[in-house]
Amino acid sequence: MSRPSNIPRSRWLLAHASVVFAFLYLPIAVLIFYSFNGQGVGGFPPHHLTLDWYRVLFSDGAIWDSVLNSLQVALAAMGISLTFGIPAALALDRAQFPGKALFRRLVLLPLILPGIITGLSLLMLFDLTGTKLSLVTIILGHGTALISVATTEVFAGLQKLDRAQEEASLDLGADYWQTFWRVTVPNLRLPIIGAALLIFTLSMDEIAVSFFLIGRDNTLPLEIWGRLRRGITPEINAVSTIIFIFSLVTIVVWYRLRLRSEGGVDVGTELLETSEDAVAAAASTR
Amino acid sequence: MFSRTYKFVITTPPLLWVTVFLLVPYALMFCYSFWSVTPAQAIVHSWNLENYQELLQKSVYWETLLRSMWIAARVMVFSLLLGYPLAYFLSFYGGKRKDLLYQMVIIPLWVSYLVRAYAWKTILGSEGVLNTLLQYVHFTRHPLEFLLYSPFAVVLTLTHIYTPFAILPIYAALEHIPRNLVEASHDLGATPAQTFWKVIFPLSIPGVVAGATFAFVLSLGDFLAPLLLGGPSGIMISNIVVSLFGAAYNWPLGAAISLGMLLIVVSLLFLSERVEKKWSFS
Repeated sequence: MSRPSNIPRSRWLLAHASVVFAFLYLPIAVLIFYSFNGQGVGGFPPHHLTLDWYRVLFSDGAIWDSVLNSLQVALAAMGISLTFGIPAALALDRAQFPGKALFRRLVLLPLILPGIITGLSLLMLFDLTGTKLSLVTIILGHGTALISVATTEVFAGLQKLDRAQEEASLDLGADYWQTFWRVTVPNLRLPIIGAALLIFTLSMDEIAVSFFLIGRDNTLPLEIWGRLRRGITPEINAVSTIIFIFSLVTIVVWYRLRLRSEGGVDVGTELLETSEDAVAAAASTR
Repeated sequence: MFSRTYKFVITTPPLLWVTVFLLVPYALMFCYSFWSVTPAQAIVHSWNLENYQELLQKSVYWETLLRSMWIAARVMVFSLLLGYPLAYFLSFYGGKRKDLLYQMVIIPLWVSYLVRAYAWKTILGSEGVLNTLLQYVHFTRHPLEFLLYSPFAVVLTLTHIYTPFAILPIYAALEHIPRNLVEASHDLGATPAQTFWKVIFPLSIPGVVAGATFAFVLSLGDFLAPLLLGGPSGIMISNIVVSLFGAAYNWPLGAAISLGMLLIVVSLLFLSERVEKKWSFS
């Protein structure tokens, strides 16, 4: 929507916006810049610009092991979240069952709850059932917490779906399974891909839940975390820079997809609604 | 048009999964908080209120909780102060660059939490970018020590992390305001300030409440930024929980504190729902 005629231009607002954007982006810029600094992570003026830290990083076996672990976790978590998140969205859209309201709120809860609560409660479950902590427990944690993302994205897609197509498919003799794979899923292609990308990125970056479910093998964020506590070199800046570029590419692809699925729900509205749902969830569990 | 079997098949798997991996674990946390731990560090499944008594008696828990809430409250206020005018600017003055600017708000949201917290650590340290810069321009001779390992560092970093969370729902709420209401207010003789305070702001309250809730709740439960940047004076309640689940090995007490935290979060969510409902436009 454009600016109504009676709203004047404001230099003050422009200045404020510039300051906020600087606040959001300057630290990231500093971080990237110092990944080229030969003399450590701080220190002004920077000295001796070099690519050495990238060389160190690329020959650092422990980091790359953790990257592989994180990739495995993210892909498996994506599988779990989609496997259960898509049917959950369908169920919320077209089935009535006892406890539906509670179910919907429970699914969304990990989005608003601090990660420590979800992480610890899962830790108790695994401890009580004698499950050994490993990458598998992290996968279960991520997969469960991120069902919320798959469900919200797909549910939003379902609201815009043309019901007549599924009906026609069923009338013409296709069974539910065929209709699901040949009509429902292709129509939800963009929300599903969007959800998958988002789940992948969030899982690659997740640390609060993983922190409690970690076994012997580290994920990338936990490997970085371990190093931060030991003393830091620009190698961490270098790996952070690569993570940043990676997230940037993913988010741009994701946003393009959003634009293509015309009139897709935007993140802001989703956050607004999610908070309302979480709020309602809270109210109902009282 | 969908048969009972179809509905059963789409409903059962997610229902079972969510029950096992969300409902049961949350319920377990509730149970644990009433159990206790022996001196030999075995967890006893006998029901009692000892953990809650200890919480009420020992001031360290109260003080840390209050400090955490104070940190979270500051993060919330700063996020709103930074976020509201920016959301307003985007919504009303965005013009052709609106989409681009909106993406620029989203990007930091998905940039690694750890990367951003680490960035602040390298900026604020006594040998960090800011201190050496200040010394370089002869603003100060000795590094300013209060910058890192202080509640200040935690508030600053969490504000940086959660400001986009505050901006987005406010922006969404502002975008939903019909522009003819703003025009009507003008035509009826209101000044721009009156239009803002009597029309725009009240209609944006649901967004403000959502943004504030996100910023407060997520910072209240944070334990990584305090560990990385907080120092002894920046310890938050979740750090105590982490140590109770780790070295201190008292899971029941840790569960009781977590449950207290959950209770605060839940009451806040309940409260914000009331406010959002009351001010909701539709």
